[in-house]
Amino acid sequence: MNIVGKRYWYFGLSILVIIPGMIGLALWGLPLAIDFTGGSLLEMRFEAGIVPEPAEVVAVYDDLGIRDPQVQTAGEMDIVARSVSIDEEQKASLLSALEARFDQPITVLRFDSVGPSIGIEAAERAGGAVGMASIGILAFITYSFWGMPNAHRYGIAAIIAMIHDVAVVIGVEALLGHFLGWEADALFLTALLTVIGFSVHDTIVVFDRIRENRRIMRKVKFEDLVNYSINQTMVRSINTQLTVMLTLLALLIFGGITTRHFITILLVGVFSGTYSSIFNASPILVVWENREWQKWFRRRRVRAA
Amino acid sequence: MKVRQGRHLIFIIILVVAALWVIWPGNPGIHIGSYNRDIRVVRGLDLQGGLRVLLEADLPSETDVTSEQMQTARDIIDKRVNGLGLTEPLIQIAGGRRILVELPGIGDPQQAVNIIKETGLLEFVQMTRADIATINNGQVLQTDFETASGIQSTPADSVGAAAGPESKVFHTVMTGAELTSAGVVTDQFGAIKVAIEFDEVGSKIFADYTAAHIGEPLGIIFDKQMISAPIINSAIRQGKAVIEGNFTSEEANNLAVQLRYGSLPVPLKFIESKTVGPTLGQDSLRKSTNAGIIGLVLVIVFMILYYRLPGLVADLALLVYATLTFALFKLIPVTLTLPGIAGFVLSIGVAVDANILIFERMKEELRNGENLHHAIDLGFSRAWPSIRDSNISTLITCAILYWFGNAFGASIVKGFSLTLALGVMISLFTAITVTRTFLHTVLDTIRRADHPRLFGV
Repeated sequence: MNIVGKRYWYFGLSILVIIPGMIGLALWGLPLAIDFTGGSLLEMRFEAGIVPEPAEVVAVYDDLGIRDPQVQTAGEMDIVARSVSIDEEQKASLLSALEARFDQPITVLRFDSVGPSIGIEAAERAGGAVGMASIGILAFITYSFWGMPNAHRYGIAAIIAMIHDVAVVIGVEALLGHFLGWEADALFLTALLTVIGFSVHDTIVVFDRIRENRRIMRKVKFEDLVNYSINQTMVRSINTQLTVMLTLLALLIFGGITTRHFITILLVGVFSGTYSSIFNASPILVVWENREWQKWFRRRRVRAA
Repeated sequence: MKVRQGRHLIFIIILVVAALWVIWPGNPGIHIGSYNRDIRVVRGLDLQGGLRVLLEADLPSETDVTSEQMQTARDIIDKRVNGLGLTEPLIQIAGGRRILVELPGIGDPQQAVNIIKETGLLEFVQMTRADIATINNGQVLQTDFETASGIQSTPADSVGAAAGPESKVFHTVMTGAELTSAGVVTDQFGAIKVAIEFDEVGSKIFADYTAAHIGEPLGIIFDKQMISAPIINSAIRQGKAVIEGNFTSEEANNLAVQLRYGSLPVPLKFIESKTVGPTLGQDSLRKSTNAGIIGLVLVIVFMILYYRLPGLVADLALLVYATLTFALFKLIPVTLTLPGIAGFVLSIGVAVDANILIFERMKEELRNGENLHHAIDLGFSRAWPSIRDSNISTLITCAILYWFGNAFGASIVKGFSLTLALGVMISLFTAITVTRTFLHTVLDTIRRADHPRLFGV
C-alpha cells in the first residue's frame, strides 16, 4: 500500500473527521460534569414506581432554596437531579421533603456533591496532567531515538498524532454532549489520558521499525523507507487494534451503563490512535524531511494559474 | 538452552499454582506466627456502594497547616470511623490540606457524616474497683452520655469476663466541655502525662465528686475509649488534674491537642461527597465481570483463528497473565473499581499486542527461510525494542495519571492507572518469557518436521 504517497489524502480525511467536532466544540462547548464545575447530582429511585414530573421535583428544590435544579427522568423508576453543591444535611431534608411530597419511599442510587473550588482545581490539574504526559513522552521518544538523525522529529510527530487523537476525542465528546447530553467527567479524563498513552504506544511501534530499517537500508529514499516500514507493521497495528476493540466492544455491549460513556470514548480514541499512527505520524516525518511546507503555497499558485 | 527452558517451565508452573491458590475463593489467608492476613478481593465504592467524602482544612489559604496536624486529624477520623465496624474504611491525606474518607458498604451515609463531623468527647465516668479489674485501657465502653450521632460501641474482643464491662453503661460525671486547657507534662519519674484545667463550673463538679468518692477509681474516657482509671486519693479542689495512661510523648501530645481543639487539630469542611447505592454497585460488578469474560473469549478465539499454533500458545500465556494479575490484585490488594476493571481489560489488549508483534516478526523470518527455532528466537529479539519502548510510554502515562489521581484525591483515576500499569508489567513477563517457553516446549514435544501451516505462513 502506498500510504506515504497519498499522505495528503489521509491528512485531509483526518481534518474532515476533526472539523465537525471542533465546530460542535465552538458552538456548544464541552459540557462539563460536576467533577469540574462543582455542583451536586442526586440519582433517586422512586420505589412505588410512580415517577413524578421533573417540574414537580424542581418545585421541591425551589421550596428548599437549593439553586439551579435540573431534573431528568432516567429509566422507569429513576430520577437524576442536578443542582448547586449541597451538603449531607441539605440532602437529608431534600429527601424527606420529596418523600413527603410524593408519598413514597425513595432510595438514593448515587449522590455526588463537589464544591466549586475543587471543580476548577480538577480542571486545571487535568490540563496539567495532559501537558506533563506530553512532555514526558516527548522526552522519552527523543531519548530512545537519540542515535537517529533529527531524533526530536520523532517525538514531535508522535505528539502531533497524539494531539490529533485528543482533537478527535474531544470533538466527539462535544457532539455526544450536545446530542445525547453526555458530560465530560473524571472518567472521561481518564479515557482521554489512556487514549494518549495508546496513541503513542502505537506510533512508537511504527517508528521503531523505521529506526531498524534505516540501519539496514541506508541507500533507500526516506519516503520509501517510511512507507515500507508502515506496511511491515500494518498487520500488527490492525490486529492489535482488533483485539483491543473486541474487549472494549464486549464491555460496551454487556457492561453496565456506568461505564458506557467511558468505553465509547476509549473506542473512538483507540480507533483514532491506530489511524493516526499509520496515516499521520509517519507521513509527517516525510513531510518534515522534504520540507514540503515550502511547496504548499507554490503549488496553490500553480493551481490557481 | 534445554535446561534453561525446563527451569523456566517449572518456575512458571510454580507461579501459576501459587496464583491459583491466591485466587481460590476459599483462601484462608496467610497466618504465620503473628503475621495474619486475609486474602480477598477489595471492591471499590462504585462496586459495592458506599460513601466517599473529601474534607479540606477550613482555614484561609495563608494559614499554614502542618503535616502533623493533618496526620492527627486523619488519625482521629480513622478512630471514629472504626467505631462503625466497616470492613475496609480508607482514610488518607490527599495533598497538603485534604483528607479523603472512603467508606465502602456503609448503610447509612448520614450517620457516617455525623461521626466524622463530631468533636472529640472526653468523659469522666464513675467506676468501681471491680470494674477496673476487668477493663483494659483502649477498650470501648458505653456511657449514659449520649452523643449526637449515637455512635455504637463495638465490643472489645480481648476481655474474657462473662458479664463483660461492654454491656455495662457507665455514668458520666462530667465531660470535656468544662475544660479550659490541656498540655503535656512529665513528672519527676519521667512519666508522660496530660495536665488539664477546668473552668469554674467544671472545678466545682470535679471537687464535689472527688470529695465524695475518695478511694474509688475515676474512669477517663475519650471518644468512648478507656484511657485510664486513676484512684482518687483526695478531693481535688484547684480545678486541675492530671491524666495518666502510659502514654508515649506523641500519644500524650495528640490527646492534649484533641482535648484543646475539641476534636480535630484543624477545622475541616466537606468539599466533596459521593454516595453510591449498593444496588447500582452490585449490578455494575456483575455486568463488568461478564463483559470482561466475553472480551477475553473473543480475543482467545481471534488469536487461534489468525495465528494458529502460536495463537493457541499466546492464549495460554494470556490465561497465565489473567491468573497472575488477578492474584496480584488480591495480594497487594488493589481496590477494584469499574475503571480499574476497564484498565485490566485494556491491559489484556496490551498483553496480546506484545505477542502479535512477536508473531508477525516470526512470520517474516520464516518467510525469509529461517529454520523454526531460530525464527522464534529472532522474532522475540527483534520485536523486543518495539515492545519495550511502547510499554514504557504507557507506563509513563500511568505514572502521571497516578500522580494526578493521588494529588486530587480521585481514586478512580488512581485505580485505573494502577491496574493498567500492573497489567503492563506482568504482560511483559507473560508475553515474552511465558510465550517463548511454551512455544519451544510445544515444538520439542510435537516433533514438527515442517508444518508452516501451523504458524499461519
